[in-house]
Amino acid sequence: MSQADSGPQVVHRRRRGAELFLLVVALLVGLGAYAAVGLGMEGTIPADMLTYGGWLTVMVAACHVVVRFVAPWADPVLLPVVAALNGLGLAVIHRLDLTYGELGQKDDYAQQQLIWMTLGVVLFLATLLVLRDHRTLQRFTYTSGLLAILLLLLPLMPVIGTEINGARIWINVAGFSFQPGEIAKVLLVVAFAGYLVLHRDALALAGKRLLFVDLPRGRDLGPILGMWLISLGILVFQRDLGSSLLFFGLFLVMLYVATERPGWLVVGGTLFAAGAFAGYQAFGHVRQRFDLWLDPFEYYGEGTNDLGRQSVETQFGMGWGGLIGRGFGNGRPELIPYANSDFIFAAIGEELGLTAVMALLVCYGLIVERGLRTAVTCRDGFGKLVATGLAITFALQVFVVVGGVTGLIPLTGLTTPFLSYGGSSLVANWVIAALLLRISDQARRPLPSMLGTEPDPAPDAEETQVVKL
Amino acid sequence: MSELTLFLIRFAYLAILWIFVLSAISVIRSDMFGARVPDTGRGRLGRKEKAGRTPKAAKGPSRRRGAPTHLLVVEGSNAGERAELADAPLLIGRGNDAAIRLDDDYASTRHARVAAYEDEWFVEDLGSTNGTYIGSARITQPTTITLGVQVRIGKTILELRK
Repeated sequence: MSQADSGPQVVHRRRRGAELFLLVVALLVGLGAYAAVGLGMEGTIPADMLTYGGWLTVMVAACHVVVRFVAPWADPVLLPVVAALNGLGLAVIHRLDLTYGELGQKDDYAQQQLIWMTLGVVLFLATLLVLRDHRTLQRFTYTSGLLAILLLLLPLMPVIGTEINGARIWINVAGFSFQPGEIAKVLLVVAFAGYLVLHRDALALAGKRLLFVDLPRGRDLGPILGMWLISLGILVFQRDLGSSLLFFGLFLVMLYVATERPGWLVVGGTLFAAGAFAGYQAFGHVRQRFDLWLDPFEYYGEGTNDLGRQSVETQFGMGWGGLIGRGFGNGRPELIPYANSDFIFAAIGEELGLTAVMALLVCYGLIVERGLRTAVTCRDGFGKLVATGLAITFALQVFVVVGGVTGLIPLTGLTTPFLSYGGSSLVANWVIAALLLRISDQARRPLPSMLGTEPDPAPDAEETQVVKL
Repeated sequence: MSELTLFLIRFAYLAILWIFVLSAISVIRSDMFGARVPDTGRGRLGRKEKAGRTPKAAKGPSRRRGAPTHLLVVEGSNAGERAELADAPLLIGRGNDAAIRLDDDYASTRHARVAAYEDEWFVEDLGSTNGTYIGSARITQPTTITLGVQVRIGKTILELRK
């Protein structure tokens, strides 16, 4: 967290032209996938190609124009990567819908996803338009912490909360189901950052030394520890393993970044190991996930409870997909339960192969890299911490879900950002993208004196001047 | 639709996907290496400088007559300590890496920074707990200071001196 820009000041360029070019290619990625789905499944370009393409183009163009006006110095790569991921996700969901339709199942996921994407884009634009300076968020440190906890509690309420697949993390209002935890994720990042930026000196310096770690004083760590334990407790209670893991990692990394104490990672790692072991011993569903991970074939096929079907079919699919995939329409991703949400990576691996999976992982890597880059460039501590937190959220989420799908780690339910079917996640991720763009706009905007637009002040001007950052 | 066409479509799509990824990476690359460095002391690098700007010394205004040369602690437990402005930017605080290491309970590890830009000296608060004050006003953004302006950090007062 050192404010290290003692070297030469670098003036970034706006790069809005580069963003426009990348957005056009990103649209090609999204619409190309849609056309390829039509050609592969039905043999023709889809009939609604023009209206669908037009709508995507309008949304992307609106994003670009607004960014050009209200965040001209923002990072040029983030928005195109987000648009490409979302476009490809829509096409893959649409492809699964076509098969689900043939099988006589519910087949309007892509349509709903498009509505959610529109809402996400509207919120993206609203965030950029309303939030002109990310530092205003610092005022809402405790408010957003409280709000996050309230949102996390909502699914436990008797009427609106609903339980799906053993996890009670949904609310159902007026026919729309929503996962408040996704929004809470963003709010918690803001709350952690706001608290840590004020207290990091106290956290890092004051306190007793125990073993290899400087333990901070209780009154410094207390509020944030409380906030975190409450949110983690709620998630464990709701049996949402993926989000618990996400929040735990997020908190740990932000604490580490804020205090520059690697000891936190040691403490956190130990706590995680202890927690995982305790969870394994205490909770049946944790033990089950673990066993399914170690040997999914044990739980696959006739004569078993068939719980391993998801993992096994995923491995069959990805193996069959191979290096360049079967092509849209030639795979059978519908065999995997939840192929359009948690397991969309498996569907892509089957029909587009390792080549596309690697491309997508690079895309996620780019988002995380741009987020961390923004944190490095950013001039204020709060912005640094928020950007780090949001980037880490992405990194952890992709690691947990792709690791789970590919069998690297035990499976925990989380959505793949921007790709998976799931409205709350999509909307929250668009807001995260807007926040990252806003912070990067502030970070890359040169100091006023560097623009060369200001007249040189008189050499002996004595009065104090205020430099607007 | 024949196998071959489908194969070509698949291949073309993967190509588009990777073209996108690679062009995104190339934008990042040009962003890293193509950024302008307006530090006019490095004449070779400042090719794209706007015309009409006169070249200036790299270390800010210290060469000019009547310009400050050092930062002095005028009040507080470290009174009398000084740091040469030629070493700018100067970090002030309780930490080991500070140019002026304050022995002040009300100062943060990295409290404030004094740096030059063009002809002026700026003091910038680095998110300290108790703030940096000029006169009675707590500063929230980099603020210009001139000779003799008193900057208060905790119980310490600093000044630019000739």
